[in-house]
Amino acid sequence: MAAKVRAPGFYRAGVLMVGGVVFATLLTWLVRMLTGHTTFHHYLSADAILTVALLAVPLMFLVGIGGFDYWFYWASGRPTRPEDHSGHGAHTWKDYFRINTDHKVIGIQYLVNSFFFLLVGGLIGMLMRAELAQPGARFVDPNTYNGLFSVHATLLIFLFMVPVFAGFGNFVIPLMIGAPDMAFPRLNALSFWLLPVAGFMMLGSFFAPGGAFADGWTAYTPLSINAPIGQTFFSVGVQFAGASSIMTALNFLVTIITMRAPGMSFFRMPLLVWANFATSLLVVIATPFIAASQFFVLLDRALGFGFFNAAKGGDVLMYQHVFWFYSHPAVYIMILPGFGIVSEIIAVKSRKPIFGYRMMAFSLLAIVGLGFTVWAHHMFTSGMASWIRIPMAITTAIIAVPTGIKVFSWLATLWRGVLRLDTPMLFALGFLTTFTLGGISGVMLAMIPFDIHVSATYFIVAHIHYVLFGGSLMTIFAAVYYWFPKMTGRMYDERLGKWHFWTTFVFLNLTFAPMHVIGLQGMPRRVADYAAKFADVNLFISIASFALGLSMLIFVYNIVTSWRGGPKAVANPWRGLTLEWQVSSPPPIFNFDRVPTVVGGPYEYGVPGAVHGILAPAPAAAGAGVGPNVVRSSSQ
Amino acid sequence: MSRQRSLTLTIIAAVLATGIGIALSYAIHWFPVQASTQAHNSDRLYHVLVIATIPIFVLVVTVILYCAWQFRMRPGEELKDGPPIHGNTQLEVFWTAIPAALLLAMVSYSFVVLHENEKRPAREISVGVTGQQFIWRFQYPPSVTGGAPVESGELYLPEGVSVNFGLHSKDVIHAFWIPAFRLQEDVVPGITTNYRATPDRLGSYPIVCNLLCGLGHSLMRATVHVVPPAQFQAWIKSQLSAGGPGGAATSTGAGGATG
Repeated sequence: MAAKVRAPGFYRAGVLMVGGVVFATLLTWLVRMLTGHTTFHHYLSADAILTVALLAVPLMFLVGIGGFDYWFYWASGRPTRPEDHSGHGAHTWKDYFRINTDHKVIGIQYLVNSFFFLLVGGLIGMLMRAELAQPGARFVDPNTYNGLFSVHATLLIFLFMVPVFAGFGNFVIPLMIGAPDMAFPRLNALSFWLLPVAGFMMLGSFFAPGGAFADGWTAYTPLSINAPIGQTFFSVGVQFAGASSIMTALNFLVTIITMRAPGMSFFRMPLLVWANFATSLLVVIATPFIAASQFFVLLDRALGFGFFNAAKGGDVLMYQHVFWFYSHPAVYIMILPGFGIVSEIIAVKSRKPIFGYRMMAFSLLAIVGLGFTVWAHHMFTSGMASWIRIPMAITTAIIAVPTGIKVFSWLATLWRGVLRLDTPMLFALGFLTTFTLGGISGVMLAMIPFDIHVSATYFIVAHIHYVLFGGSLMTIFAAVYYWFPKMTGRMYDERLGKWHFWTTFVFLNLTFAPMHVIGLQGMPRRVADYAAKFADVNLFISIASFALGLSMLIFVYNIVTSWRGGPKAVANPWRGLTLEWQVSSPPPIFNFDRVPTVVGGPYEYGVPGAVHGILAPAPAAAGAGVGPNVVRSSSQ
Repeated sequence: MSRQRSLTLTIIAAVLATGIGIALSYAIHWFPVQASTQAHNSDRLYHVLVIATIPIFVLVVTVILYCAWQFRMRPGEELKDGPPIHGNTQLEVFWTAIPAALLLAMVSYSFVVLHENEKRPAREISVGVTGQQFIWRFQYPPSVTGGAPVESGELYLPEGVSVNFGLHSKDVIHAFWIPAFRLQEDVVPGITTNYRATPDRLGSYPIVCNLLCGLGHSLMRATVHVVPPAQFQAWIKSQLSAGGPGGAATSTGAGGATG
C-alpha cells in the first residue's frame, strides 16, 4: 500500500488532494487571523477556503499522478530518468489513465476526453431545449437554466472544440512531418492532464453552494463579480484549460519548426500542419488575455480589487475588451484546424492536388493577423466609443476574403476530380455548405445597423451554431472517420457512418436554421421563458434537437463497436500520399524506423510517379524510388 | 447525358434557385412591425444583404452538388486520379478581388444606413432610462415635461419626434432593446450610454432586456407606447399632477414575458 501511495498514480493523487484541502483550510485560517477576521466563525469562511482549494487541489492532483515528477527529480538533484521512449505505447486500456509521453497515446487521451465532454455538453443542451419546448417555467428554475447554458458553452468551447483539435494534431502532426514524437513529450503529458481537471471543475460547479456559474461563458462583469461561488469554478477552470492550450500550442510550434523530416520545407507541409501552426500562433498570443480577464475577476471577487467596479475607479467595459481580445481569435482557434482537416480530406478523396496550395497557406496566416483586429464587433451595442465600430466593421468584412479564398479553392479542388463520396468526404462537403451559411450570417453581422437589432438574440445563437456545429464539428467528425483506421488499426462501418452523416446534417439544419428567424423577430437568447408567439417554432427546434442528439448514438455505436471488433485496416486505405499513411495502422511505437526523406509536395495526386516522402533509402537504380515503402500516385 | 448538357441544366437550376431564394426572402415576414424610421432603414439593409448573399450560397451549393453528380467515382475507377491541376492565378485573383469589392460595397452601404439612423435631428427630446434588476424606470426631464421631472415605469413617446435615450444602470449591465425600433444599446453601470430613435407608428411595443442580468432576466420587460403628440402632452400632465416630482404613483410596468 505504501508503495502504491508513493508511486505516481491515482492513489497518490487522492492522498495529495486531501492534503490540498487541508492546506487551503489552514492557509485561509492563518491569513484571516492575521488580517483581523477574529471571530472563530470567520476563520472558516467556506467561500474563501473553497477559492484557495480550487487552486491548490488540482495542482496536488497533477503532482499526484506524476505530471511534475521528472522536474522535481531534476530540481532536487536526484537521478532523473532520461526520456528513452521506453514508456511509449499503451498496452492495456489502463495505460490511457496514466501519465504517458507518447504523442499517439496522448492524442487518444485528448480525443476520448474531448468526446466525453461533447456528450455531456450535448446532453446539457438537450436539457435546455426541453425547458424551451414550451414557454413558461417547466423543468428547471431560472438559476439552474442560466447555469445550464453557461456550462454548456464552457464545456463545448474549452473542453471540446479547442482540445479536440489539439488531440488530432497530437496524433497526426508528428507522423505527418516525419518526427518520432512531439518536441516536449513531458509537457505534452502535463498539458493533457490539465483538461480533465478543468472539465470536472466546470461540471462540479453544479454542486457548489448557489449553483453553477450562471452568467454565460462570457461571464460579463459586474454580474460575475457578485455571483455565488460557482463563478470561481469558471474563473479557475479557465486557467487550467488555458494553460493546457498554451502548452500544447508551444509544443506544436517547436515541433513543426524544428522536427520536420529532411526535405520537408514549409511549402511541402500538408495543410493540416499549416493550420495547426497558424492556430498555435493564435493560441500563444491570445490565450493569456482570457487568463488575465479571469484573474482580474478572481481578484475582484475574492479580494475586492475593483478592476471592474466603477465605484472604485474600475472600468466595466475593459472586461469585455480583454475578454474578446482572446475570445474572438478563439473562434479561429476553433475553426482553422478544421480547415486543415478539410484540405487533407478533399484532396485525397477527390484524387487531385489541393487547388492553390500557397494561397491556402497564406490565407491561414492572413486570418491569424486579421483575427486580432476584429474583437470589438462583439461590442457594437456595448456602449463603447461609437467610432471604434467603424474600423472593426471593415476588418470584420475583410476577414471573409481569406475565408472565401479557402472555400473557392476547395470547390476548385473538387472540380474534375474522382470523388469518393464516403463518410469523411460527406462530412467535408456538408461542412462546406453549412459553414458557408454560417460565414454569410457572420458577414451580415458585421453590418452595424443590422447587428444593433440582432445582437444577443437567437440570430446570434443560430450563427454561432452554424459556425461551430455546422463548421467545426463537421470537420471533427470527418477527421474521426478519416484517421480512425490509422489510430485504431481498424475500419469503421461505412453504412453507419453515412447514416450518421445524413441524420446529423438534416437535423442540425432543422435545429439551427429556425433560430435565425425567431432571433430577427425579437427573441432574446439566454432566457428560460419567452413570449407565446415563439412557442411553435421553439417546439419544432426542440424536437429537431432531440433527433440531432439521437444521431450521436449512431456515431458512438459505430466507433465503439468498430474499435473493438472492426475489420483490420491496411496501412493506407485511402491511398494518401502524406507520411502518416506510409506507416502501419496503428503506427509503430516510434513512428518511423528510419527518418523519412521528403522529396515533393503532399498532394501530388494525378501526377504520374509522384512521391511525397521516401521511408527507406531510395534504391540507386530505377529512377524515382520503386521500393516497397514508396506509394505512388497512380496516373490515369 | 453529355457533360455540356448537364452543365447547362445545372446553371439553369442554379439561376432558378437564386430566383426562388430571393422571392422567398421577400415573402417571409422576417421582422416584427416597423415602428421607427430607423427600422425602415435597417430592414432595407437586411434585404439588400440577403439578396447579395443568396447567389454566393447558391453558387457554393451548386458546385458541390454538380461535382458530386458528375465527378463521383464510378465502378472501375478505384485507382483513377483526377487531372493534376495545381491552381490558376487568374482565377485566384478573381475570387479574391470580387468578394473583397462586394464586401466593401456592403459595409459602405451599412455605414450610410448607420449615419442616417444616428444623425442628430433638428429637434429631439431626451428621456432617461434606468435599468435595475429587474425593472425599467423612465425619467422625463423638465425640458420635456415643462415642469417638474417625471419618473415612470411606462415609456410614452410622441409619434414623429426623435427621442434621445440616456441609459443608466443601478447594478449590472442590461440592454435596452426595442425590437419594433430595431435598436438596442447596453445599459452600463458607471457610464451613460445613449441612442436615438424616431417612433413613426402608433401602438404599444415590448421593451426587452437583452443582456443577461441575473435570475429575473427573462422577466425584465416593459412596454413603449407611441402616441400622438397631443396625447403625449396629456399623459405628461397627468403624471405631473398624479405623482408630483418622482412620479411615485405610476406602475412599474415590468410585466410578464411580452417580448
